[in-house]
Amino acid sequence: MFELYRPGNSFLHAMRPGAKLLALAAAGTGVFLLPGLPAIIAVMLAVLAIYAATGLGLATAWAQLRPVLLVFAILFAAQVFIAGWLTGAFFIARFATLLLLAGLLTLTTRVSDMVAAMEIGFQVLRPLGLNPSKISLALALALRFIPVLAQITGEVREAQRVRGLDGSIIAVAIPVIVRTLRMSDAIADAIEARGYNPDKA
Amino acid sequence: MTSSTITFDGVSHAFGDTPVLRDISLTLAEKRIAVVGANGSGKSTFARMINGLLLPDQGAVSIGGLDTAKDGKAVRRRVGFVFQNPDNQIVFPIVEEDVAFGMKNLKFSKAEIETKTGKMLRRYGLEGHRSHPAHLLSGGQKQLLAISGVLVMDPEVIVFDEPTTLLDLRNKLRVAEAIEALEQTAVVVTHDLDLIADFDRVIVFDEGRILADDAPTPALKAYVEAMSGV
Amino acid sequence: MLSTRDIVSIALFAAMTAALGLFPPITLPTGVPITAQSMGVMLAGALIGARRGGLALLLFAVLVAIGLPLLAGGRGGIGIYFGPTAGFVLSWPIAAYVTGWLFDKHRGQPHPGISALYLIIGGIGVVYVIGWAWLAVMNGWDIAKTFTVALPFIPGDLIKVALTVIIARGVKKAIPTL
Repeated sequence: MFELYRPGNSFLHAMRPGAKLLALAAAGTGVFLLPGLPAIIAVMLAVLAIYAATGLGLATAWAQLRPVLLVFAILFAAQVFIAGWLTGAFFIARFATLLLLAGLLTLTTRVSDMVAAMEIGFQVLRPLGLNPSKISLALALALRFIPVLAQITGEVREAQRVRGLDGSIIAVAIPVIVRTLRMSDAIADAIEARGYNPDKA
Repeated sequence: MTSSTITFDGVSHAFGDTPVLRDISLTLAEKRIAVVGANGSGKSTFARMINGLLLPDQGAVSIGGLDTAKDGKAVRRRVGFVFQNPDNQIVFPIVEEDVAFGMKNLKFSKAEIETKTGKMLRRYGLEGHRSHPAHLLSGGQKQLLAISGVLVMDPEVIVFDEPTTLLDLRNKLRVAEAIEALEQTAVVVTHDLDLIADFDRVIVFDEGRILADDAPTPALKAYVEAMSGV
Repeated sequence: MLSTRDIVSIALFAAMTAALGLFPPITLPTGVPITAQSMGVMLAGALIGARRGGLALLLFAVLVAIGLPLLAGGRGGIGIYFGPTAGFVLSWPIAAYVTGWLFDKHRGQPHPGISALYLIIGGIGVVYVIGWAWLAVMNGWDIAKTFTVALPFIPGDLIKVALTVIIARGVKKAIPTL
């Protein structure tokens, strides 16, 4: 499956997803309460040490931050403009630390384990009128059809390239959406033909 | 009458103002039944009525005495449906999860789901892909996975809606072989005349009526003549 | 109650929003990058309405949280919700719901000008209020100053509104029963 998970056998990989979520919530709140730049940097170094200790490595840690460098640059510029550079550095360091912490959860937990953990969580929602089986089905369908839609988008772009239209988002989006909507009836039929009953499930 | 006998009794159906089936009555008790006809002839509507995906406007459809309108749930258990495009039929991301879906809906036990999934994947040479994303299978493997997901539910009748239309020759042959090897009654809607050459009975639809209902050779002869306007 | 068809539409629009993230971002002459992904919000509202559209984007937000790299540029994971741009992703379900609620008042498709107005309210207004306010609070900024930082992004979002109006009309023409 396409996901951000990295296989491994560290203590974090072995921890239950629910426990990791709680630990992340606690650590994230802690980071928010830290008073100044030196404290944030100390915590960031500690988080980096966990990356090293779990075998994820510092390159992986860097990969967590790389995609948001542009956002950080814009934010930093805005911070300098609004509040001065020291405040800017403090906020950027805090965001970076939070991202690294959250990365520890995402990198060491399979999507399927997250889904399983959530399905247990959904049972709690039943009294609120939410149907866990419908949520599970929606999640499974989305995971199943993301690659299918990516493939359809690729096919349509390929077809429009012949006509020189592959750069036109309109010429690509309309056929992709029309195909997707036409598929949805067939998929719903297929689900019900296999005995799924949304009212009984 | 056995539990897999399919009966249409005076069935008519329309989509809006367009009639798609006109007063169809027949009894199907053979093991291999083909349904052919031009696009829009009513053959897909006919197929969908066998497992209650569509209910007739007039008349009744029953499977081994179970009325599709009254005993929908029991009919779905008895009749499996394999669609044209396996990409629309495979609804779970991982191969084994998809095979298990129908059995979970029918409340099979965990142990039973486990055993039957393994057995079915071995039967179609998919055991090596058990925990792989379904997306990565070939077209033919996807159709075999779709068939697996239906077979594990122990249907007595399986309806196939153009199962080989989207496949290349090699995959067509694999699916044809899979259909041939089934113990169950199979009703196959198709344009692929090679696929049905050895079937027990061929029904030809034309504009919502039955044009021919015979053994493959005479039925297909009538079909070709009608289509070429001879 | 959600029917099987509703569940399928919700999942497919969540998947479509992910697929929109695959389009390479366009850089405006002002240097501001725009991505096609937030059009998923507008399209969901315009095409499948408030309830299904809102749930589709909620599902998308959940998929991102559990570790799928679905945001434009291949970003994802729970970290998104700790980051400066969390407000945007979190605003999307609400924005799709509001957009859909406006579109649901019409049978068939509204006049293009009305559609554009609805998309500006739901797809830009709601997203900006939640997204930029979140950014301001997280950064300890003054709200008014923050919105001056947001201004350069508005032209790109107006282009998306125009594109969505055209795409939604094209789709409804192909599938009149929608």
